[in-house]
Amino acid sequence: MTLLINASYLLSAVGFILGLKFMAKPTKAKLGNMVSAIAMGIAITATIYWHSTSGIGYTNGLLVFLLLISGSIIGKLLSGKFAITQMPELISLFNAFGGLCAMIIGVNEAFLKDANQLYIMDKSILLLGVVLGAASFTGSIIAYFKLSNKLKWQIKSRLYSILTLVLIVVMSLLHYFYPNAFSFNHLALALGASALLYGILFSVPIGGADMPVLISLLNAVTGLATALSGIVFESTIMLLGGILVGSTGVLLTIQMCKAMNRSLKTVLIGTTKSIGLDNDNSETQEVQTTSAAETATLLAFSKKVAIIPGFGMAVAQAQKECFEIHQRLESSGTDVNYIIHPVAGRMPGHMNVLLAEANIDYKYILDMDEVNHKMHDYDAVMIIGANDVVNPAAEEDEQSVIYGMPIIKAHNSKQVVVLKRSMASGYSGATNTLFDRNNCKLLFGDAKNSLLQVLDELKKI
Amino acid sequence: MESFYLSNIDGIYVIVFSVLIGIELIKNVPAVLHTPLMSGANAISGIIVIGGIIHLLTLSISDISSIVASSIAVLIGTINVSGGFFVTHRMLSMFS
Repeated sequence: MTLLINASYLLSAVGFILGLKFMAKPTKAKLGNMVSAIAMGIAITATIYWHSTSGIGYTNGLLVFLLLISGSIIGKLLSGKFAITQMPELISLFNAFGGLCAMIIGVNEAFLKDANQLYIMDKSILLLGVVLGAASFTGSIIAYFKLSNKLKWQIKSRLYSILTLVLIVVMSLLHYFYPNAFSFNHLALALGASALLYGILFSVPIGGADMPVLISLLNAVTGLATALSGIVFESTIMLLGGILVGSTGVLLTIQMCKAMNRSLKTVLIGTTKSIGLDNDNSETQEVQTTSAAETATLLAFSKKVAIIPGFGMAVAQAQKECFEIHQRLESSGTDVNYIIHPVAGRMPGHMNVLLAEANIDYKYILDMDEVNHKMHDYDAVMIIGANDVVNPAAEEDEQSVIYGMPIIKAHNSKQVVVLKRSMASGYSGATNTLFDRNNCKLLFGDAKNSLLQVLDELKKI
Repeated sequence: MESFYLSNIDGIYVIVFSVLIGIELIKNVPAVLHTPLMSGANAISGIIVIGGIIHLLTLSISDISSIVASSIAVLIGTINVSGGFFVTHRMLSMFS
């Protein structure tokens, strides 16, 4: 019996590793996800089977069964309810659930175990799991609200977050030196509550542009909380799964930081360069505007065209119109490419998903690094709803909040057309100096409408 | 339960090797897959739900507060798992 259960856990561990391995390859990613899901199913089934042999009550089993079924259905419904543009929000919401789950399980465990039989190491691991789970929960909730623009505060709560952390450490030390001052389960509750507060205070100061890094980091934190629970439950599969997620999460976080030129340290401390200082400049910028007809003429007479899509395009749901223009240009012999910034959209890879949604083939999509040195080859560059990622201030203006961030060097091409709704600044709040350039023209309006107009004009040519 | 006993040194081996495997697995992931990968990894971290299931199956049903807490944990943990895998599938389906 135990052999069968152990074999199942081993199988599920192998499944997670293979699943992640496949998920790192574009052609096998879908299979990888299924393999991981099956591995999860095996692990859950084995757990139920294992405990059902030790004579549990019928009611308990039924309860677990009902919860698993309803949880799966709610998860399925939620996963279909969000638009592809809202994926980052959804991921942070799911991560919040994972964190809350870790916190509740940890606190419950503290109440169920006899504190006198626990070594200091056991207690520390259990409490750390509770703290990480709780902080990940509220932190992810804040990230969710910030990403969906329901929350715009940016309070400088860094000092308070450090104070909360100090409070957590002091309470733990107090319990260590005076075990009788308050009981272990009360300590677990108090630490959980403080960590909930800490998660909020930690996430609130982080700017909207840093949200992807925050989510990835909190994802890693949930992984770590899971791993710690794995130690508490002496379950290798939980430990392994948690550590895998933790290490991949940290690695993803570092890769994202590099793409955005933010040091992990500044994100971890919860600081962000002050935003909004140079917002006012936007009104004083002198820009050249253009019309749909002029844009269509420019595109039609170009040999090589690049389209730089940003989150604005996805919000306007303009991918299909964009692809129609692309097809039209291509049929008349123009080369069309899409250039994607690593953090275009709201997360690395998010824009690729959005373009895939519009059936735009992978072969037209180029990474920033592949083309940045030959941008001058492009006769026309059309920027749709992207802002910060093409802002030359990142290279030239040391005062700019985005100074140092790698950008797509659209300004080096022969002519740039920017489709924009208004002169509002990008996610970072920085003034975009590209708009001042002689080779840059702005086409104001909703991206979808503008593209439709351009398409109409193209048909007339 | 003795068959699942994990000695400290075993645990440390598992942790170290898992970290190394994790790094090796996604070291060269193309940016195109970052978002689905994050969401898939998030679903895997939902394995924590096992802890809640163990609680629910070993607790006495009369221990109301613990049962309620564990039920909430299992429910939201399952949402995390199923939602995570489904949404990853949805994203990846668009690539093919």
